Amino acid sequence: MDARTQEFLEYVQSGGQVETGDWMPDEYRARLIKFIEMHGNSELMGVLPERDWILRAPTLQRKLALTAKIQDEVGHAQLIYRVVEDLGKPRSACLDDLVSGKAKFHNVFHYPTKTWGDVGVIAWLVDAAAIVSQKALLKCSYAPYARIMKKICWEESFHILHGRDVILAMVTGTDEQFGLVQEALDRWWEPLMHFHGNPIPAEEDPMFVWRIKSQGNEEARQQFLEGYVSQIRELGLEIPDPALRKDEETGTWLYTEPDWEKLRSVVTGHGPASEERLAFRRLSRQDVDWVERVVLAEAA
Amino acid sequence: MIFEVFRQERKGQPFQHAGSVVAPDEQFAEIYAREQYGRRQESVALWLVARDDVTEIAEFPDEFDLKYRRVDGYSIKTRLREARERAGTVDMAPGASDAS
Amino acid sequence: MSDRTDLLLSLADDELVLGWRNSEWTGIAPFLEEDVAFSSIAQNEIGHARALYELAAAELGTTADELAFDRTPEEYRCAPLVELRRLEWARTIARHWLYETADEIRLGELKTSEDPEIAGIAAKMNREEAYHRMHAEMWVDRLLSTDDGRSRLKEAVDELWPYALGVLDDELRPELRRRAEERLERKLAEVDAVPRGVHESELAELLEEMTSVRRSAPPGSQW
Repeated sequence: MDARTQEFLEYVQSGGQVETGDWMPDEYRARLIKFIEMHGNSELMGVLPERDWILRAPTLQRKLALTAKIQDEVGHAQLIYRVVEDLGKPRSACLDDLVSGKAKFHNVFHYPTKTWGDVGVIAWLVDAAAIVSQKALLKCSYAPYARIMKKICWEESFHILHGRDVILAMVTGTDEQFGLVQEALDRWWEPLMHFHGNPIPAEEDPMFVWRIKSQGNEEARQQFLEGYVSQIRELGLEIPDPALRKDEETGTWLYTEPDWEKLRSVVTGHGPASEERLAFRRLSRQDVDWVERVVLAEAA
Repeated sequence: MIFEVFRQERKGQPFQHAGSVVAPDEQFAEIYAREQYGRRQESVALWLVARDDVTEIAEFPDEFDLKYRRVDGYSIKTRLREARERAGTVDMAPGASDAS
Repeated sequence: MSDRTDLLLSLADDELVLGWRNSEWTGIAPFLEEDVAFSSIAQNEIGHARALYELAAAELGTTADELAFDRTPEEYRCAPLVELRRLEWARTIARHWLYETADEIRLGELKTSEDPEIAGIAAKMNREEAYHRMHAEMWVDRLLSTDDGRSRLKEAVDELWPYALGVLDDELRPELRRRAEERLERKLAEVDAVPRGVHESELAELLEEMTSVRRSAPPGSQW
């Protein structure tokens, strides 16, 4: 590592932040692009599991709230891809890499949604897991990314409340409705435990080393469990992991080791809904690509 | 010409509007703003924008009070109590669930 | 049912079904900025529908949700224009613009209604619709500015024109023609309107999907 890079590394590790026009090592730029692009891709792909339910939402209030939530996610993708563009990768290149399967998106968006119970579980718990990661990004060493995270976290807090409200309505409804929530939770628990990634030590995680992330994977998962296990259990819902408990001495949550190989397989495009989602994205992009041509064209 | 001046106090902070300068052109504006807003090292960067180039949007009609997209549009207390009663968990640590 | 509830339900059903159709673009609009903008328009429309249903519900002794979800397809009073399934973008813009233009004419009448509740809600709706119109007109002008865009828009407008006429009562149709021809700078066909009261088959399909979650649960369920 040359002296300038070493100095940069020490700067970010001591809490220093970097602006778009500042010098930065090539490796840092490349890691930033990869990380932030995946975040943008995830927001965009995260729209798909939920959008069908806009059309099926059972009340006007829920339809409005769900539309607003998904709108926020598209908005987040816009904010995030702007940051990537300023780092040197155009949005169209990000979308090309996304639909070709070259770039990744988050594991939870590779799964199908089956019932209205999924809508609640996603908005409440998937977004809760996401906000843990995103709050930690408020301290990202790359300042333009850290700054947009403020708006993103603010909006996510509405998503979580909307989701929790959907869940509360269902668990206080009929037994069948309670059952739908439990069944959705059973399906989503594994993806949720995968969400923050395998527990590699933070010091070995290049994203932490460059202070793109400000916490390690396991730390994020512990924070999620600490915040939400009791909120889930107090509703009478059962978390499908008999080993899940808090070690009161160490304050650490213990759980059955998730299948990390499965996580790797899912995020590399082998999840139950990966291919279908990408195909849908490809198709919807094809249908409208003339619009961009027309809008960007000089007036005739 | 009037130039609006935005200053950044520290790296990582957002640029905030600090005031404006009048100058015959951008070059003058740069010199004047530099002295007015940066001579004590109080800024790490400035943005100058000609006032005529600023597009302001100041109306955001929400005639039907669409609170469903705001956190204050939800009140979960009653349902939460009902859910706890139904689950028989009223005694479970209440602190954990008051986060929202 | 009174003429008043009949009117309220026509307006509400138009806004609900168009809002529903427009929300089909959520997440897949031509680009991200447009996605966010168009979603707000869809949300406003659903919001208008809700406010209108609430007025009608007060009179009928029911709720906005029951009016929105629990009627049979034949009971809906929406214009066939809003029922057509998610169209491609040029048709979406054409419908959006034709509807907003017709709606402005209709709301202009209703704002002067002697019924203070109707006049009030029309004025409130109109203040939001002003931004919808701005959006629709911006798109129409943009499409008109290129050969490709103009020919796509022309095809879409010509196809939807009889439907657009059907949004309004007879006496208001000439005004819609005047405004539309002025912006397009061309004559539109002399055709019969596709009127309110007949439904496209797409409406039944739409309602089938819209109510699927709601119908799936027995009474006593809450959402």
